[in-house]
Amino acid sequence: MLLQIIRKPFHLSYYQLVIAFFGLALIGILFVAPTMLSPDNIKLVLRQGSIPALMAIGVTFVVISGRLDLSIGSLLSLCAILIVDLHDKVGPVIAIGAGLGIGLLVGCVNGFLVAVLRLNPLIATLGMLSLLQGISLIYSDGRNALIMDPENTWFSFIGRSYIAGIPVPIIILIIATIGFSILLRYTTFGRKIYAIGGNEAASRYSGINAKRIVFSCYVISGLMTAVAAVVFSSRVMGAQNNSGSGLELYVLSGVILGGASLFGGSGTILLSVVGVMILEFIQNGLLIVGLPYYTQWILTWIVIIAIVWSDLASKRYREHQ
Amino acid sequence: MKANDKSSQRAGEISLSVNGISKRFPGVLALDKVSVDVHAGEVHAICGENGAGKSTLMKVIAGNYRADEGDLVFRGVKIDLRSPLQAKELGILLIHQEISLVPELTVAENIFLGSLPYNRMGFVDWQQLYRRTEEVIAKAGFKLSAKDIAGELPVARQQMVEIARAVALQSSLVIFDEPTASLTEAEAKALFDTIRQLKENGVAILYISHKLPEILQISDRVSVLRDGRYQGTLQTDEVDENAITALMIGRHLENPNDRPASHPGDEVLSIDRITVPGFIDQAELSVHAGEILGMYGLVGAGRSELAEVIFGLRDSPDVSMRWHGKPVKISSPSDAVRLGIGLVPEDRKDHGLILDMGGATNMTLPALRAVQHFGFISRDKEVRIFEDYREKLQIAARGPFASVRTLSGGNQQKIVLGKWLSTHPDLLILDEPTRGVDVGAKAEIHRLISELAKAGMAIIVISSEMPEILLLSDRAIVIHNGRVTRELPRAQLSEQTLVEGITST
Ligand SMILES: Nc1ncnc2c1ncn2[C@@H]1O[C@H](COP(=O)(O)OP(=O)(O)OP(=O)(O)O)[C@@H](O)[C@H]1O
Ligand SMILES: [Mg+2]
Repeated sequence: MLLQIIRKPFHLSYYQLVIAFFGLALIGILFVAPTMLSPDNIKLVLRQGSIPALMAIGVTFVVISGRLDLSIGSLLSLCAILIVDLHDKVGPVIAIGAGLGIGLLVGCVNGFLVAVLRLNPLIATLGMLSLLQGISLIYSDGRNALIMDPENTWFSFIGRSYIAGIPVPIIILIIATIGFSILLRYTTFGRKIYAIGGNEAASRYSGINAKRIVFSCYVISGLMTAVAAVVFSSRVMGAQNNSGSGLELYVLSGVILGGASLFGGSGTILLSVVGVMILEFIQNGLLIVGLPYYTQWILTWIVIIAIVWSDLASKRYREHQ
Repeated sequence: MKANDKSSQRAGEISLSVNGISKRFPGVLALDKVSVDVHAGEVHAICGENGAGKSTLMKVIAGNYRADEGDLVFRGVKIDLRSPLQAKELGILLIHQEISLVPELTVAENIFLGSLPYNRMGFVDWQQLYRRTEEVIAKAGFKLSAKDIAGELPVARQQMVEIARAVALQSSLVIFDEPTASLTEAEAKALFDTIRQLKENGVAILYISHKLPEILQISDRVSVLRDGRYQGTLQTDEVDENAITALMIGRHLENPNDRPASHPGDEVLSIDRITVPGFIDQAELSVHAGEILGMYGLVGAGRSELAEVIFGLRDSPDVSMRWHGKPVKISSPSDAVRLGIGLVPEDRKDHGLILDMGGATNMTLPALRAVQHFGFISRDKEVRIFEDYREKLQIAARGPFASVRTLSGGNQQKIVLGKWLSTHPDLLILDEPTRGVDVGAKAEIHRLISELAKAGMAIIVISSEMPEILLLSDRAIVIHNGRVTRELPRAQLSEQTLVEGITST
């Protein structure tokens, strides 16, 4: 009721209402912590946020196709551990290759389970989350991995350097955002993803091979998480078994905050990236205000509930018409 | 008044007056000061072209939309509806153009949804539920079984469930939005009996349909809308089809004349043997270039399922076909599209369209190949295709990329047609191609189908409407009891021979 009273006069959709709420929250935090707006801090947050944002790009493909990928948290941990561990053993090139290879492989397996065997995406990818956590614990024997001499490897360039004053991770993010936006928006492949998410049966009746497309979405998701892991390892020069834990939901909440519907069929890369960045800024503000970092998990919960509610409410509204 | 005699009202009394109702959507004035009275115990038909505002008016009356202007007086009281639920409680029930059952639930649960009987333990009292369902079904005279799962029933049966709901709710105003679109003649007859019975009980009935013969048969009065404006109300027994059409489209429609005999070319698709599990046992059929093959039968005879096998959507254990003389195996719709087969499905909402996408986007979906350059979609080409078919099919859409969800039913159907025509198929299968399409557009679509055939396309038309089969077919087959019971060249095509096909054993 109260919500209707707020909503009606401004002609806000449920989603806009939620966005307005988070916008106001952010502005509120800015008042308390104006230092947030210093160029250095903004750069810091963007650099920090580029890791989940890269993952969000992949997840957006999966979400638009009407599915979920919850395996990416452990996938990030596993890839990072592998890359860091192999770096000192066989050198950065092979390490990066191995990380990307694992991302690709996991994407293929997820894609096979969901698209070909038609398993429930939630169950299939949650299972994968758990499996990968186990594998990374076995691989690392429970220990943290470290790159011994971070100053003397070109590998540090990816996560730590600047080009024209802009941190390299941000540049990678920008390139990926543009590239994948084009892929999603202007190609037949992207169109088919939207179609499948919008109405899978109708896409099938139109001669679209949903299996192949959904499979590819999971592959992209796995790959982008591996790319994020490369940036992460290079930035931190180390990795833990729980480096990525919780990221699957955090990234997902950024994606849906950016307007992708969990019912599939809508969303854009740019807005997903923006969604993640909004979360990063709120979280950064909370840290500056003096709240502990794990408020992030609470924030994730609030976002998910609020957006999922708005998504459902507006879907009902639409179909009711 | 007691809650259980909502339906008691005397025949002849005004049940509902609609006073100066207007409704605006972004970009369209769907209703422009419409006023009309509905009497208790009358069947009041509403006619108008696609997009005239019929469904919108009904949704205003049933509480789905709020009017921008005007008011509703129901049984002497001014009502301000805020939700369909409220309308239902007052005794107004809308039976939608699109069926809205919960597919997972049983027939009984669907009928009594929201008012399920409970026992003392607070659990659903199944015995009572089934007993009351049987009563309602018997009263309505339907062939339904209370325990069937709604989603597994054919469309016609699903609709009966919806009507049974009105009987169960004892509504005093029942609105039918194109109820016979997916019924066979026999089923429609059963529906009319139910409607007459409702009418005798003093229920007021609003009835929308594009089938004029039906309106002449069932209604007492007809009101006509054009472009959202009220055109007048006619006494049904004083008018004929032409008078209604004239009021609807503002001009007289010339009668569709007989198609000239066609000269079929080579065989395009020939099926030596096809079995559709549960429906059809080892049938055989073929269609030639430039030929329209009509496929007649009762709803549920398996015609759509047969089309799905041809199109690679459904598996068959036993099928052998030849495409332009060469054996082929079609195991997915993409195979079918690649060969040059198109299918306009029966169910446009679930299978034909992606409702949140635009008209152009929907149309190019099966033919993305044709609008791309190295994988990139050319927006110009898309728009061109859309504009082309918008003009050919007279589609009233707001723009190439505006969502098709809010288009009127008939215009949605035209988008689906355009979608397949734009692939320039060698064989086009049309499953109930003019369902929910107004008379003018229907003639237009029929003309288009004939033209396509003349230009060499092979066409299969599946229809439960006898006149459509009679008008279009160069040859017709009748499917009944899992077999092709008749194969009739145009010379032997008549109502009688078709009926023989569905009555022979
Ligand atoms: N929710 C909506 N938003 C925007 N426009 C709408 C909406 N609903 C209907 N319209 C528009 O209002 C007009 C009237 O539509 P309506 O569905 O009432 O037509 P109709 O007479 O029922 O047609 P049909 O015979 O094809 O079912 C159309 O132009 C349609 O596009
Ligand atoms: Mg309508």
